[in-house]
Amino acid sequence: MTAAPTLAVEHLRTHFFTRAGVVKAVDDVSFTVNRGEVLGLVGESGSGKSITGFSLMGLVDPPGRIVDGRILFQGQDLVGRSEADWRRLRGNRIAMIFQDPMMTLNPVLRVDTQMIETIQAHADVDRQSARERARAALAQVGIASPDERLEAYPHQFSGGMRQRVAIAIALLNKPDLLIADEPTTALDVTIQGQILFEARKLARETGMAMIWITHDLAVVGGLADRVCVMYAGRVVETGSTTDVLDHPAHPYTDGLIGSVPSRNRRGQPLKQIPGMTPSLLDLPPGCAFRDRCGYADSRCGVSPETEDVGPGHGVRCHHPLATVAA
Amino acid sequence: MTPVPMLELRGVSKRFVKGLDLAQKMANLLGAGEREEVVHALDHVSLAVNEREVVGLVGESGCGKSTLGRIAAGIMEPSDGTRLWLGQEVSGLPAAAARRIELKIQMIFQDPFASLNPRMRVADIIGEAPLAHGIVTRGEASQYVADTMRRVGLDPEFARRYPHQFSGGQRQRIGIARALAVKPDFLICDESVAALDVSIQAQILNLFIRLREEFALTYLFISHDLGVVEHLSDRVVIMYLGRIVEIAATEELFAKPNHPYTQALLLGVPRLEARNQDFAPVAGEIPSPLDPPPGCHFHPRCPHAMPKCREIAPELVEIAPGRMSACHLNHAA
Repeated sequence: MTAAPTLAVEHLRTHFFTRAGVVKAVDDVSFTVNRGEVLGLVGESGSGKSITGFSLMGLVDPPGRIVDGRILFQGQDLVGRSEADWRRLRGNRIAMIFQDPMMTLNPVLRVDTQMIETIQAHADVDRQSARERARAALAQVGIASPDERLEAYPHQFSGGMRQRVAIAIALLNKPDLLIADEPTTALDVTIQGQILFEARKLARETGMAMIWITHDLAVVGGLADRVCVMYAGRVVETGSTTDVLDHPAHPYTDGLIGSVPSRNRRGQPLKQIPGMTPSLLDLPPGCAFRDRCGYADSRCGVSPETEDVGPGHGVRCHHPLATVAA
Repeated sequence: MTPVPMLELRGVSKRFVKGLDLAQKMANLLGAGEREEVVHALDHVSLAVNEREVVGLVGESGCGKSTLGRIAAGIMEPSDGTRLWLGQEVSGLPAAAARRIELKIQMIFQDPFASLNPRMRVADIIGEAPLAHGIVTRGEASQYVADTMRRVGLDPEFARRYPHQFSGGQRQRIGIARALAVKPDFLICDESVAALDVSIQAQILNLFIRLREEFALTYLFISHDLGVVEHLSDRVVIMYLGRIVEIAATEELFAKPNHPYTQALLLGVPRLEARNQDFAPVAGEIPSPLDPPPGCHFHPRCPHAMPKCREIAPELVEIAPGRMSACHLNHAA
């Protein structure tokens, strides 16, 4: 654990300059991911979790841009790099998978064409050995009879299989960091289980760092080593999965966990967070959660800084909930 | 234990046939032997829902749960089988009586964006049906709409607005208000909270729980989310590829699933309490309903499959009081 983290994000701010005003989609976000670690990035729609992922890939398009902060990948800052630099990194050292695998797959090209292209874009290898690597990658993510599947088109695969192909492509060049943006949200329960199983195995076996972006706390509970909870563009709580899910310190995290049906007595009303997520366009000053928070008082008019409530357990709140002392 | 169920489906099947196009018909004249494609969305399904009961219907995509919901709601005609309301066969009734029954059964859909007419104001979306069916007079309508909106937690101030001016959670409330406006006894919720964020989902589920008490409602709650179904339902029905594989009281089902598919489903669900979960995946994919495997539909993925499972489809039979399962393992000596 003494080695430098694979990724260190420091005070990242990604804003969108729209006609209606500035949308602070990502506002002062910091976290680290170590080798072989799975970081769960959790939040509801509009929390900025996906834009954080896009920022890490250099995929933020105008009117959005990274206005501040550093993205240290293996010690080197990626903010402000040239497009040529990004091309060398993307799909090579850093890879991403998306909710809809058809976003990554070209519908008119055979799977082998797409996979060989990915390898040859980053390495000087001949077609035959590239194909061999593609075959191995498909087998690695649990695709049966990879030889035949290489010659198929994306539409000939089921949703779960497509997501496996997308993952196999992301893994082709043995990236050091994989960013997964809701990759199992559209899949059925038994298929989701299969993908999560492969993901865990990969992180353990290859030492690849992973950021798993999701709205589903239960997925994070079973998969991630550490968790960042985002709300309105900010990380409101971060810590080990056990700390955050079992002893949440931020009222939002607590409310979110309380909303999950399995945490409530059957048939009884669920704990609920009143109100809804604020628009990022006209965020009130201070803590963005205060209008929905039962603990809010005058202090919350000033935005809280992240403070540690335990080792490695940081919370951005003036009134952190008492966490059970270990 | 034998009250007349509120809504009952008996031996219901639904086939969707994709007919031959002109080119294929012509090819057939030349002996090409093109066949019509038939999807067996529902294969001889029987289900009874008792008054004031909440029945959860769970299954993965393509299992026929939405088709079953639509047939139960009367939106779709079954290919075979009968539908009974309080013991009366609905299709045999005179039109006026049948319509009275259909009004008692309302449906709430998944997508709060697609299920509301974007060109209608909320007041009309909610008020149109009760007016058309003579539940309220034109004079009372606006007051009635306001009351209904308040019941589902919407501000009646917004009655003149259009659906696009609302968030996803509020839109779902509009859909619920529309269903409630005709004073139904039975609500069919098809993935009604699937598109919502966790905190909003909790609010809507709470609304369903409250309305159940307030209006003595009966629910058929269709969802792929076992957590939601476990929380809300009295009984759970598990479907796989057009057939019901297990029916049990919620607590029993989650404590001791009988069917291998139910067991796999429960193991595959990520749980908030679990750490470093293994997600014990069940192998294989959901087969296409165009070409379901013979015998038990689950046998290609089942760890306990026997030769018999490949040939004979197991019947859904009572294995304990109030508990049904369709698996040959229950009869293996």
